[in-house]
Amino acid sequence: MSAPLLEVRDLRTHFFTRAGVVKAVEGVSFTLERGEILGLVGESGSGKTVTGFSLIGLVDPPGRIAGGSIRFDGRDLVGLPPGEMRAIRGKRIAMVFQDPAATLNPVMTIGTQMALAVQAHGGAGERAARDLAGRTLARVGIPDAAARLDAYPHEFSGGMRQRVAIAVALLHGPELIIADEPTTALDVSIQAQILAEMKQLARQSGTALIWISHDLATVSSLADRVLVMYAGRIVESGPVSAVLRAPLHPYTRGLLDSLPAMARPGEKLNQIPGSTPSLLSLPPGCPFAPRCPRATEACRTDPPVVTRPGRLALCHHPLEAAA
Amino acid sequence: MSAILEARHVTRRFTPRITLGDRIALLLGAKVDRRAVQAVTDVSIAVQQGETLGLVGESGCGKSTLGRMLAGILPPTEGDVRLSGAAPMRGKHKTTTRIQTVFQDPYASLNPRIRIGEAIAEGPVAHGLVTRAGAPAMVAEWLRRVGLDPGFATRFPHQFSGGQRQRVAIARALAMQPEVLVCDEPVASLDVSIQAQILNLFLDLRQDLGLTCLFISHDLSVVRHVSDRVAVMYLGRIVEMGEAARVYAAPRHPYTQGLLDSVPKLMLEGNEGISFRPIAGELPSPLSPPSGCAFHPRCPKATELCRRERPPLSPREDGTLVACHHA
Repeated sequence: MSAPLLEVRDLRTHFFTRAGVVKAVEGVSFTLERGEILGLVGESGSGKTVTGFSLIGLVDPPGRIAGGSIRFDGRDLVGLPPGEMRAIRGKRIAMVFQDPAATLNPVMTIGTQMALAVQAHGGAGERAARDLAGRTLARVGIPDAAARLDAYPHEFSGGMRQRVAIAVALLHGPELIIADEPTTALDVSIQAQILAEMKQLARQSGTALIWISHDLATVSSLADRVLVMYAGRIVESGPVSAVLRAPLHPYTRGLLDSLPAMARPGEKLNQIPGSTPSLLSLPPGCPFAPRCPRATEACRTDPPVVTRPGRLALCHHPLEAAA
Repeated sequence: MSAILEARHVTRRFTPRITLGDRIALLLGAKVDRRAVQAVTDVSIAVQQGETLGLVGESGCGKSTLGRMLAGILPPTEGDVRLSGAAPMRGKHKTTTRIQTVFQDPYASLNPRIRIGEAIAEGPVAHGLVTRAGAPAMVAEWLRRVGLDPGFATRFPHQFSGGQRQRVAIARALAMQPEVLVCDEPVASLDVSIQAQILNLFLDLRQDLGLTCLFISHDLSVVRHVSDRVAVMYLGRIVEMGEAARVYAAPRHPYTQGLLDSVPKLMLEGNEGISFRPIAGELPSPLSPPSGCAFHPRCPKATELCRRERPPLSPREDGTLVACHHA
């Protein structure tokens, strides 16, 4: 096997606020193969979005990458000069955000801004750039794409706007797309269309995809592997079906049990008590310990890494795979 | 069972107001789009004593507008809403305390400058349900019931997390001792683990207090979990209504089928088969709804008849109401 496309080692992204240092990402490590779809799951404040932003070099002050390395195709992106990062961002690594209205310029036609995005990375002529824009729009399922190039973002529906944002990400045939909750703001029937298309596009073009989401069901039908984040750390990772069928970490179990789909209608859900801890005052040891039914004295020190074939969990008392 | 809250042939139109800009444009001879949006069209629905009726649909289907009309917050353009044993609710102002509402965003529904103890006591004191002297004890009791520390009464909304704020909003609605609780997307903005806590709280309180509820949500699995009956809306009309178990197990209307199929399921056994099937096409604009059955442009079963004639919402042998020519 060749070297992985992306190799993240001990990534730490901290925000230096007046109230203290917020360790939004604390010691995250994972690898991503070419063409692989990776789900990054967690609740608000778990650090999943900051992880995505760190990969693409979009962490703004007071935040910065405080340590670790992000090797993309053999090259460390941490500490890369802004100019070199810009040459990679948008061309070899692209990002799709939750709110497409924030991605698109409201006073420019779709065609113009897509052509600009094409020309930003190489000397395509205006004509060729527009052609590429039209072809890419057609690929993401926008009907009558060539004519729609002259439309402004507000003339598109929410779902169509997100398709345009995805088309912008696809323009340069990137090796990696980071998608941050791209379907969260959309209706179910539209979300399903976009999920199906993303999966197909990634498979066809061999693009690796990091899909950041709070929705386990979405990730389960899309991803090959899943990382579960809690309080800035990856608490569990592994092949998606294995992790969801038999989670090792009590937090993953708790998340699954919180879903109404896992319970019988009208019955009480198996809730996780308490709420996510403030990143400013994390408990020592395992950050999940105060909410964990299996926590013991040992959890107050740093939890060990437990590994099973292809799996990893950050826990003293992992749940054993049920037969 | 008897209907406690009933809407009869309610319709709600929203007509854009003429702004100064529009007036100038009209003076200059330009055209101004003043088409009315019909958010809800000719809906009749009844909430039975003691049940939880779920209302599902995608954005723009009119579920919140219908919910607000049923809650008495928004007067219908046509038709009327009636609470059992009372005259139809008319006019701009809500005249009953028997219905209370919990909204999606508790931050928007709580005044940021009023301590939550006062916010909870305000209504009951004003309506004489409790004396001013008795208010603190009542507030403490409600905070305890929704799982908050009674000492929190002196805090402001910003000192709470999203889940805790939603608990405050629930306490505030229930302190009015309503017979009917309207919940409009109460868990939509909460994380999964917090959502489970709020749903459990809702199930507990509903049982303890014998509440009747209208539960509005876009999340099909949440609605399934809490509802006895469910109504599915599409473009301002109800397309299917019946017992939740039946509608989810064997949906009749192609839209209900499509909606249920398009939700990604938790795949526990590998995912190369796809766990969902999208509905083709986009939601049509409520400004220019399609002719006949509003769903026909996206429907796999549509025929000429569907383009021409709108199917009525009619009962099937098992009691489910369906608006479709071919189901």
